[in-house]
Amino acid sequence: MSERAAKISPAEEEQDDDQITDSAAPDAAVEEDATSDSETTTEPVTSGAESVVRALENAGVEYAFGVQGGAIMPVYDALYHSDIDHVMMAHEQGAAHAADAYGIVSGEPGVCLATSGPGATNLVTGIADADMDSDPMLALTGQVPTEFVGNDAFQETDTTGVTTPITKDNTFASSSDTVGNDVSEAFALAREGRPGPTLVDLPKDVTNGETDREPDAPAVPDTYEVQERADEETVAAAAERIENADRPVMLLGGGVIKGEASEACREFAIEHEIPVVTTMPGIGSFPEDHELSLEMAGMHGTGYANMAITHCDTLIGIGTRFDDRLTGGIETFAPDAEVIHVDIDPAEISKNIYADYPLVGDAETVVEQLAEAVDDSPEAKKWRAQCQQWKSDYSMAYDAPKDKPVQPEFVVEALDEATDDDTIVTTGVGQHQMWACQYWTYTEPRTWVSSHGLGAMGYGLPSAIGARLAADDDQDVVCIDGDGSFLMTMQGLSVAVREDLDITVAVLNNEYIGMVRQWQDAFFEGRHAASDYGWMPEFDKLAEAFGAQGYRIDDYDDVADTVADAIAYDGPSVIDVHIDPDANVYPMVPSGGDNGQFALTEDQL
Amino acid sequence: MKKGLEGPPPEERPTPAGRRNKQGIRIDPEVEATHDPRRTVISALVEHEPGVLSDVSGLFSRRQFNIESLTVGPTEDDDRARMTIVVEEPDPGIDQVKKQLRKLVPVIAVRELEPDAMRRELALIKVDADDPAQIAAVAEMYGGKTVDSSPETATVEVTGARQKIEAAVETFSQFGIREISRTGTTALARGTDPTGTAGATAQPADEANHDEPYTADDD
Repeated sequence: MSERAAKISPAEEEQDDDQITDSAAPDAAVEEDATSDSETTTEPVTSGAESVVRALENAGVEYAFGVQGGAIMPVYDALYHSDIDHVMMAHEQGAAHAADAYGIVSGEPGVCLATSGPGATNLVTGIADADMDSDPMLALTGQVPTEFVGNDAFQETDTTGVTTPITKDNTFASSSDTVGNDVSEAFALAREGRPGPTLVDLPKDVTNGETDREPDAPAVPDTYEVQERADEETVAAAAERIENADRPVMLLGGGVIKGEASEACREFAIEHEIPVVTTMPGIGSFPEDHELSLEMAGMHGTGYANMAITHCDTLIGIGTRFDDRLTGGIETFAPDAEVIHVDIDPAEISKNIYADYPLVGDAETVVEQLAEAVDDSPEAKKWRAQCQQWKSDYSMAYDAPKDKPVQPEFVVEALDEATDDDTIVTTGVGQHQMWACQYWTYTEPRTWVSSHGLGAMGYGLPSAIGARLAADDDQDVVCIDGDGSFLMTMQGLSVAVREDLDITVAVLNNEYIGMVRQWQDAFFEGRHAASDYGWMPEFDKLAEAFGAQGYRIDDYDDVADTVADAIAYDGPSVIDVHIDPDANVYPMVPSGGDNGQFALTEDQL
Repeated sequence: MKKGLEGPPPEERPTPAGRRNKQGIRIDPEVEATHDPRRTVISALVEHEPGVLSDVSGLFSRRQFNIESLTVGPTEDDDRARMTIVVEEPDPGIDQVKKQLRKLVPVIAVRELEPDAMRRELALIKVDADDPAQIAAVAEMYGGKTVDSSPETATVEVTGARQKIEAAVETFSQFGIREISRTGTTALARGTDPTGTAGATAQPADEANHDEPYTADDD
């Protein structure tokens, strides 16, 4: 390990010029920061821990989220005099989710810290979440001193072993001299190519140990090579396919947002009048109020998105890994379509859905290549009309009779109306998350922050904290949470209050693990095994106990005013929204089902 | 307030004629192909550092790739180790193995070897030594040699392609086999063709999409 880190620095010196010319703009900014810092206040490093912190500073890290503890103490001590703003979280899971959300909103790796053993294992959920969603994240974990490693010492866990399957790369730091470079490299790897979480495990003797070695600027190891441009011949073939398409659809995934390709995709779709659907992580890549937008496809996607995807003859998938929640049954996914698949990760090509035109490369670059190669727009007027027809046939709507409890969709729409277009929405996982997808109109990338691939309940509040710190000051942050999800990480309210973060949490409270209840109704003959809480704390009062502002909504008349008050409140606020406990999420494609056969009611399942 | 979801029920909606197979490939009668598993040898050049074997073996287990054998040892470069992995998978699975391996940061180069590659494994076969002369004769037949003998047992070392080892084991079974230990396959490409060298990470982007024409079988 030490050899590897040591080898990087000479190679990097030689490559320095190349690095500047062909690396992304943030790199250049980082280097400038590093230089200006060193000219002013920076003291030379004297310990491994200081080298770790210097590496973070060199990388331009502004915030770190973590929880203090025995084995990580040297790093915290080194952070004591740093300009990096450390946010002390209430639980490490929250630290990881906050860092993850910070990464989604800012595009730069979010940093989380934890001590050894339980600290590190508490990070695991958040790291796994970042891995599933390809979010850039750097986790730093304390470890027992090297001489105790492997002896089952107090608070020892084989953290690199535990996190190998859920990190892009992880490193056990072996020496005070190289630990700074381990961190620099991990930071660079987290965002390079397909982003993902990286981890550096920091034994206490390594961080405590003396060194005068300044870490190098972030650089990825030379074994990690990313292809930026797609093969020209395949681009040409794909372009021809698009020109000749009768029923084209663009499918935009999370990679479009991470690859900063939203603008290029919008231009391409609008110029060639191609209907657009998104995956759940792709929400925000294309404005949902645009005529060409069919919104989200998949299990709880719109009927029109699923009809379009099922009936298209040319599917242009960009930055999507064709997750089963999107595809439903493989056999019936876009069965008539030739698939053009743009992805920066070659391993995603033909992993789930065979790609007739595989385009490996950076999403923005490849879409620009395609834009150049496509001369004539496809003649798809009839198809577009068909899509519009589906839009009206299967319009998203809900009943909201005044004599029934508040419908959740109404609350989501009220929140959307009360806030600006650039408002960031974070969610937990469950029914509320799906309503937040369906009934909020997203128009901008990096405004949708959720746990997609892992589906981690408890994601909502901590991610709102991370998103708040990454967002612009005048951007609103709204967390739409469920009662079950909120219960899992609500201790994060203490952090939001202490840090005085302007966040509005709307807990859609039905006193159920609602999504499970919905499935039990549909597939387990209505037996609500362990999904019915029957009793929930009063979240508005609980918020007040934490020092946040609490609100409660019981009926429609409260909604508009309460939402407006909560949004206007300058600080963390929680609205306990008592929704219709029987409300379910539709449309729905049963697990492994045919997207075109989505159910509009429970009877159709 | 709006009205609830509407639209034709599932049975009244048009459905497309096409289908895909389990591997996500569109079923086109002209090119319909089902991929049966085949056995192949993948060679990976990796950084010689702690944890790399666990990275690779963990990748295989969590992605449910069917691994036949995995051998690892040093190379001409002290900082590099070579892993020879025999897998039995359908073509899409083999492509995934290669691509997923390439994603691991300590992995330098990955290559699937041609069927004519040199592949060897080693077996130690311990048999009852009732008839030492006969054992020596059989060992010679397989180019093996006796590496240990005692009044009761003889242990023979045989190297060669998998089929040869299997044949040797079968032949030796007439003496009464007490124990066998085998290494799994190690392999190199023939001639000047490099098996995998630093800087050879570049790969055809669409490798997964071209069915490889040959079926590899063991030597």
